[in-house]
Amino acid sequence: MKRLVLMLLCCWPLALPAVQDIYQFDSVIDEQRFRELLVQLRCPKCQNQAISDSDAPIAQDMRQQVAEMIRAGRSDEEIVDYFVQRYGDFVSYHPPLTPQTMILWLAPLMAMGGGLLLVVFQIRRARRITRGEDIT
Amino acid sequence: MPSRNGWWMFLPLVAFIGLAVLLATQLGRNTEELPTALAGKPLPTMQLPSLMRTGSEVSNDFFIGHWTLLNVWATWCPTCYVEHPYLMQLAEQGVRIVGLNYKDDAGKAREYLAKYGNPFVEVPADESGRYGIDLGVYGAPETFVINPEGEVVLRYVGELNDRSWQQRFAPVWQKEAE
Repeated sequence: MKRLVLMLLCCWPLALPAVQDIYQFDSVIDEQRFRELLVQLRCPKCQNQAISDSDAPIAQDMRQQVAEMIRAGRSDEEIVDYFVQRYGDFVSYHPPLTPQTMILWLAPLMAMGGGLLLVVFQIRRARRITRGEDIT
Repeated sequence: MPSRNGWWMFLPLVAFIGLAVLLATQLGRNTEELPTALAGKPLPTMQLPSLMRTGSEVSNDFFIGHWTLLNVWATWCPTCYVEHPYLMQLAEQGVRIVGLNYKDDAGKAREYLAKYGNPFVEVPADESGRYGIDLGVYGAPETFVINPEGEVVLRYVGELNDRSWQQRFAPVWQKEAE
């Protein structure tokens, strides 16, 4: 039984990206940049997927465009800017800090701070109780 | 017990109400429609072959001096068939519509216009979809309002019909402050 499970586990496909199109690059670095840009850019049609994960026609076009821009020697920043200019900040998974996106950056900090305060209060109360100080 | 925990015993309740209100107000929102990065900016540089006038090109000049609807359509787009009669109606009323044929086959597109009628004054063909990316298009149909200065005033994603016209287009159509 154990052996069977092990064998089945060996057949488990490693997470394959949805993208199967082949893009040729001059160097390994360029290919690496391509992969990184593909997960940093968000598909505007299917909203919660990066363009690396999406089969939407627009994501295919965007991948094509990214590949062409890399081949043309454009920097990562230029490529992301190109899409942000056309699709807005929405298209980037690293949105810049603006009044509109403030909540995205501050909410986690606030939640963490709130949680910390709660823990501190609880500990202090627990200490008081163990010391026998009744606060009622 | 209440005196011991004090006010912050109600904190979870307050947080819950806050979250509920936030989520409730966001429920009805159409997340499909993204704000356009182009509003108030000139139409991206257009240099596309005309579908109907073989050999000629459509450029930004074509938009200068008129209020124009730029409708992004394709024969592979089901909603385009649905909105087509409404485009015909608008054209009859004298609305100037340019139909950007997006990632389509020229032959099929011509057949489509011959069969269902042509509401467009001009049909630039964006076969590669490159101009679509310049416009921030991510599907079809999408409709842009272009003012006589050649600037994008409005972008609308989805079916153009009487309701969307009244709600979204009528407030801006030919009504820009001088």
